[in-house]
Amino acid sequence: MLDNGWGLSLIVFLPIAGALIILLTPKKNLVAIKAFGLTFTALPVLLAAYMIARFDYGAGSAFQFGTDLSWITSINARYHIGVDGISFPMLVLSTVLTLLAVIYTFNHWPEPYNPKAFMALILVLGTAMNGTFVALDLVLFFVFFELVLLPMYFMIGIWGDKTMMKVPGFKIEAETRLYAAIKFFVFTLFGSAFMLLGFLAVYYRSGEYLASRTFDIPKLIELGSSGAFTGTFAFLVFGALFLGFAVKVPMWPLHSWLPDAHTAAPTVGSVLLAGIMLKLGSYGFIRISLPILPQEAHRWAPAIAILAVIGIIYGALACLAQTDMKRLIAFSSVGHMGFVMLGISTLTVVGINAAVIGMVAHGLITGLLFFVAGSMSHRYHTREMARLGGNQTLMPKMGAILGFTAIASLGLPGLAGFWGEFMSLVGSYSPAFGLNLGVFRTAMVFGAIGTVLTAGYMLWMLQRVNLGEPSSEWGGHALVDADAYELTAWVPLMVLIVAVGVFPKLVFGATNSAVVALVAKAFGG
Amino acid sequence: MIDYLALAPEIIIAATAVVVLLADLWLVRKYWTAIIAVIGTTAAAIPLIVMAVSPVGDRMLFDGSYVVDPFALVMKGLFLMAGYVVLLMSFSYVESDRYYEGEYYFLLLLSILGSLVLASARDLIGLFIGIELVASPMYVLAGFRKGDLKSNEAALKYYLLGVLASALLLYGSSFVFGLTGALTYDGIASAAGGLVHEPAFVMAVLFVLAGIGFKVSAVPFHFWAPDTYEGAPTPITAYLSVSSKAAGFVALLAVTYRAFGPASATWAPVVWVMAALSMTIANLTALRQDNIVRMLAYSSISHAGFMLVPFVVAPYVGAEGLGNAVAATVTYLVIYAFMNLGAFALVIAGSRKARSGTVEGWAGMATYAPGLAFLGAVFFFGLAGIPPLAGWFAKFVMFRVVLTAGSGWAVGLAVIAALNSVVAVYYYARVVKAMWMDPIPVTAPDLEVREAAVPMPLALALGITAAIVLVVGAVPGLVTFFSDATKTLAGGG
Repeated sequence: MLDNGWGLSLIVFLPIAGALIILLTPKKNLVAIKAFGLTFTALPVLLAAYMIARFDYGAGSAFQFGTDLSWITSINARYHIGVDGISFPMLVLSTVLTLLAVIYTFNHWPEPYNPKAFMALILVLGTAMNGTFVALDLVLFFVFFELVLLPMYFMIGIWGDKTMMKVPGFKIEAETRLYAAIKFFVFTLFGSAFMLLGFLAVYYRSGEYLASRTFDIPKLIELGSSGAFTGTFAFLVFGALFLGFAVKVPMWPLHSWLPDAHTAAPTVGSVLLAGIMLKLGSYGFIRISLPILPQEAHRWAPAIAILAVIGIIYGALACLAQTDMKRLIAFSSVGHMGFVMLGISTLTVVGINAAVIGMVAHGLITGLLFFVAGSMSHRYHTREMARLGGNQTLMPKMGAILGFTAIASLGLPGLAGFWGEFMSLVGSYSPAFGLNLGVFRTAMVFGAIGTVLTAGYMLWMLQRVNLGEPSSEWGGHALVDADAYELTAWVPLMVLIVAVGVFPKLVFGATNSAVVALVAKAFGG
Repeated sequence: MIDYLALAPEIIIAATAVVVLLADLWLVRKYWTAIIAVIGTTAAAIPLIVMAVSPVGDRMLFDGSYVVDPFALVMKGLFLMAGYVVLLMSFSYVESDRYYEGEYYFLLLLSILGSLVLASARDLIGLFIGIELVASPMYVLAGFRKGDLKSNEAALKYYLLGVLASALLLYGSSFVFGLTGALTYDGIASAAGGLVHEPAFVMAVLFVLAGIGFKVSAVPFHFWAPDTYEGAPTPITAYLSVSSKAAGFVALLAVTYRAFGPASATWAPVVWVMAALSMTIANLTALRQDNIVRMLAYSSISHAGFMLVPFVVAPYVGAEGLGNAVAATVTYLVIYAFMNLGAFALVIAGSRKARSGTVEGWAGMATYAPGLAFLGAVFFFGLAGIPPLAGWFAKFVMFRVVLTAGSGWAVGLAVIAALNSVVAVYYYARVVKAMWMDPIPVTAPDLEVREAAVPMPLALALGITAAIVLVVGAVPGLVTFFSDATKTLAGGG
């Protein structure tokens, strides 16, 4: 029974059911709130584990565990769900990271203290993220994609950073959280409004080939690979989808909401934002834009590659200018997602595999980095790297974990971050047939420079934060090293970072056959 | 032989209005008038249900001047439900001050009666009677807060511009009758095809559109709306922004798709301009509003613009496309109705607690009224069109119609609508931000005022509308089941 859509539906809707139950729980009953939060995020992980055992890896290109039920009949939108080798790793990552976020929250309630609402929002986010990865209908995808907005808006706006900042362009000051929350909201909505127009345009055109217009992604992929969507129409549609997904990734120059939102968000918010939500954009490219509009993907690919490389270099240079540790990690996401997008833009098996493993690795590593950065600012009450020196001596465990994660983030071979960067550079050496070699090989060179810069700023951060003598201002403070909750949340991530790094087949085993089929169908191998 | 079942809802509402007025003379406890009104409104829904499930098709009365078809049934259902919610909102509001309760409910019922008539009217006389019957009681009710200058201003502005609109509508109608020799919509339609190049006919169409444009408060006929909304008693504002606007749209749908159907190339460009202006100008003005009711007034103007968008595809599509366009506007109307009623019910409840109707005054409401703050997120983000709240589907069907018309003009309007739906988020989010993220202002009233319970009928109104907004967002089929039935309006015959 779990194989016929029930399992996936439970993974998607258990968290939001938990959120409703928590809303009905009395505010004072903290134990019950924690218990519900844990249960309704742990069950999806167990279900995902069951599916890992049941997934047919040989048929990774087929959608599995799915179902296709009627939903909104008058517009022919259906409740069509399922996972293939590309979405399955993302779904597992999403369930695991949500559970770890809940565990971490247990003794890190951000101010203003309101566990009930905070826990409910994490659970709604869980449903939104899981749902986006399993949706196989454009309308369903749109609804889940947008469902992320509200909980994240409240999370940043209520529990975010309260320091005052100058609002760019206006002569007023506002609290960082308020500015960041609305900026995140408006940027994302701007993109997704056009994404919706793109979806509807594809739906309209599908009526010329099918008996009835459809939002069904597999059907549209079939149409797309048979050359149904071409010409100026398709060029504009790809552009509309590009706006929606590129804001989410985010790609330079649409990235400016990201440093603000990540820095202002409470720790758990940053973790989920960086760990999973950014991937909704790059996943959208792989799931929707590329296979449905392959000719247009081919036309747009050089532009995407160039923007991706600008993102890599810009992100790295911006990191080198940061004094705030969390903001540095936020900008590093711009660079890392640049590698993911560079991989996608090559339109090759190697490149898209690189993108998926890059997404998984970035979710694990940057998620962990934000966890550690959050815990440190929780203790030091500052994120200024200049004041944090000597963390290694003050909190040995915390320092060691930070060191490990930063090294993983810079792409050391043997850890998860290596594969995505390395393979996307390999992919851009020989992009898909017909793409301009000059552009992509130049992109490769600049990408390689980007990896060096990444190593540079990560090591520089480690040097400023971990090494050196502790500042005298921490003399009187009792700084508690990483506690049991933190370690419970972090150790699984560290294990996964090593496991994926040493044994990348954990991800490729699922993705490869799906990626091979996608590339063969869309770009003729 | 008159089909009395077809007229039963109108008869019940009219009788209830009379009973309310008489009861007001003898009853000491005036709240009984409200209860009679609620019972009457509920009873009027029964014949609607009987007709909806009966195997008899469209019921034609008075030589086709008055028709009860699926479109009329659905719209009457909406008017009754909206009227019901407005009555619930009125209970505590009317009791809280020295109002004439009996007259209040009498006038409200008359206006509901007008909207029922309008839903069935299929000739120019029925149209005029319906529109006037909706609006005339409102001229009085808008000024019901007698001691308040703003309320007087509200009534006067609404009255002067309302009669101007009626004059335009009548003037246009007289031309239409003179040129086509017909009063019924179907009669006009059969003659209109040959008149599209006749300047007098084009002028007549413009006059009729302008007259109805006032009723739906579309730019540039919107100037009365913000002042009237702000000054009128809040339940009346809710009624004006939902039922009265919906009545205008019912008239517009029937007149454009039915009577002027063959002349769609004449009116569609006009509607295009009205839609684009309404969305853009109202949104930009709403950004600067501090008073929540004024903000909602501009928001309702911009929503009128969104509802006008599907009309513009009429010249480019066939019968199926016309049906989809009608269904899109009706879907939008239904979803908007409940979101906006909820928002106004929230304004009443929130203003009781915060003793203020401004965004700043509502700051920090989440700390003393988390339930209302939650509903604020539901209604305001619903109006903004954010999934999973019902508003997303209203926008979705609207975009679907314009993008499947295969016309560059329609796509251009879709882009304008998309940009506007992003802008709109900012002013809706501003209220939610104040409620959830700002500290309680120093001017806030005492704790006992802030923590006073929401009166039961108001809570019921909030609960009904919130439940609909949340459920329809996840299961939009509940609305399309009804709105799809209205497609026949465009199908001729």
